[in-house]
Amino acid sequence: MDKREYDAVNFEVDATTDKENAGQSRREFLVNAATVSAAIALSGVFGEEAEAAEVINDPVKAVAIQNPVPPQTIAVEFDVNGQMQKVNIDPRTSLLDALREYMGLTGSKKGCDHGQCGACTVLVDGRRINSCLTFAVMYQGNKITTIEGLEADDKLHPVQSAFIKHDGFQCGYCTPGQICSAVGMLGEVKAGCLSAITTDMASNKMTLTEAEIRERMSGNLCRCGAYPGIVAAIKELSEQTA
Amino acid sequence: MKIFTYSKDAATPTQAIEEATNKNDSAYIAGGTNLIDLMKDLVLTPAHLVDINGLKMTSVDKLDGGGVRIGALARNSDVANHQLIRENYPVLSRALLSGASPQLRNMATTGGNVLQRTRCSYFYDVASACNKRNPGSGCDAIDGYNRVHAVLGGSAKCIAVNPSDMNVALAALDANVLVSTGSGERKIRFVEFHKLPGNTPHIETMLDPYELITAIELPPAGFSKNWCYLKVRDRASYAFALVSAAVCLHMDGSKFKEARLALGGVGTKPWRVSEVEKMLVGKTADEKLFKSAAEMAMKSAKGYEHNKFKIEMGKRTIVRALKVAAAGVS
Repeated sequence: MDKREYDAVNFEVDATTDKENAGQSRREFLVNAATVSAAIALSGVFGEEAEAAEVINDPVKAVAIQNPVPPQTIAVEFDVNGQMQKVNIDPRTSLLDALREYMGLTGSKKGCDHGQCGACTVLVDGRRINSCLTFAVMYQGNKITTIEGLEADDKLHPVQSAFIKHDGFQCGYCTPGQICSAVGMLGEVKAGCLSAITTDMASNKMTLTEAEIRERMSGNLCRCGAYPGIVAAIKELSEQTA
Repeated sequence: MKIFTYSKDAATPTQAIEEATNKNDSAYIAGGTNLIDLMKDLVLTPAHLVDINGLKMTSVDKLDGGGVRIGALARNSDVANHQLIRENYPVLSRALLSGASPQLRNMATTGGNVLQRTRCSYFYDVASACNKRNPGSGCDAIDGYNRVHAVLGGSAKCIAVNPSDMNVALAALDANVLVSTGSGERKIRFVEFHKLPGNTPHIETMLDPYELITAIELPPAGFSKNWCYLKVRDRASYAFALVSAAVCLHMDGSKFKEARLALGGVGTKPWRVSEVEKMLVGKTADEKLFKSAAEMAMKSAKGYEHNKFKIEMGKRTIVRALKVAAAGVS
């Protein structure tokens, strides 16, 4: 099936970040490298026949092969990091996949893809959510902030700086989600939101103890175990703004 | 994920119900945190999604005769932090905050949480036998790895647990579920809303197809002085309950004037224990009484190979929750 058979699927990718790179981006390199190794692996197993097999890197084409009846596509437009993004997408596309695969914003990570790890955390109208567990078509007109949108005027967001200062990461995979989550969490604390361990439920003035930080950040897992640095970074920020 | 069509055209419950009824194999989507997860695993494969987020059902309001009405689309985090709830119904606030993660609570809705499906791993695994997912196929949990399963309310067909924390508090508070039928509205007592599995574990609630929950009503009694929501789980946060208990009391000195006890993590539905409540009234709070209440609550419990520990854990949880609630908020 021809890859452009779905004429309706005419997504506009904002690939400025990739275009700005003179050579191959890290992501393109990884995708291409994976394609080559997959092709080698296939030819090793299936010999001649597999040479004709093609590795599909295009989500539109992959969908076309799986589903002879084209899915409905829906035009959706929302603000991502201050820029309007318009895409025509299959309604099955998660918000995370829309950001990563259609808008070139690969900062938000896919960890578990089931809302259990928090690596995909983004802010929707200032509230933190798991972008893997929601459909992009549900965000018509919303304002989305990802890790790419936190810095302003070439300056890192205070939460980003604090994570660097306190070594709040090791491999870095969960970090964009951790940072977006921390930004959302500090907003919640400012608004007087409770946690499950807050004892004074009437007061709107929250004290961010270490235990409170851990409870409020429990939706973000870190397999490297960089928690002490993450907690220290958030603690320092909360003391500065208190 | 299977292909589906999607629309967010509905602006009223009636329109949503009409759309869902007219389309083949529809499902409502609100927060989506449970539905999308199940769609990814092919446990649920709706052909059409009716996005109900355009319906005006997000507010939490005081009712004229006392009590509070929580819109079905009010997010779990918003309900937990609403001044009316945290001050008057702290047990509900604490139960909500004990569930899931902050990100999920920002998405998940009140109506969706009421309808939250079990987290039984055999229900989630389409290669396993599950009478709830595929009626008549059998139950791989009963003779399988059933550590997280129910010890109360199970049948030979299903021992899956109702996973919600919010539901335990709503059962204790004696809430009502408001349902739009398309042509009118009906009210269902929360404790009667969920069904025991019996021979039909795939029928989980009193809802008819495409009826829509529009709100939850809380009666005036909020039990803001003597309450406890105690959740016991494998890790300190962000895990489903092994056992949980919601206790709401009216005390007259050290005597019980009114008692409510509901359990989570142990039952096939949110588990209200009325006989214990009746037994406690008029008696003086002490450790011995708490222990006999716990024995009574778990009397009909039936353990399976890997979940027998829940019976003793349930008793200890009840004793501690009663103790904390009777002592009251200092």
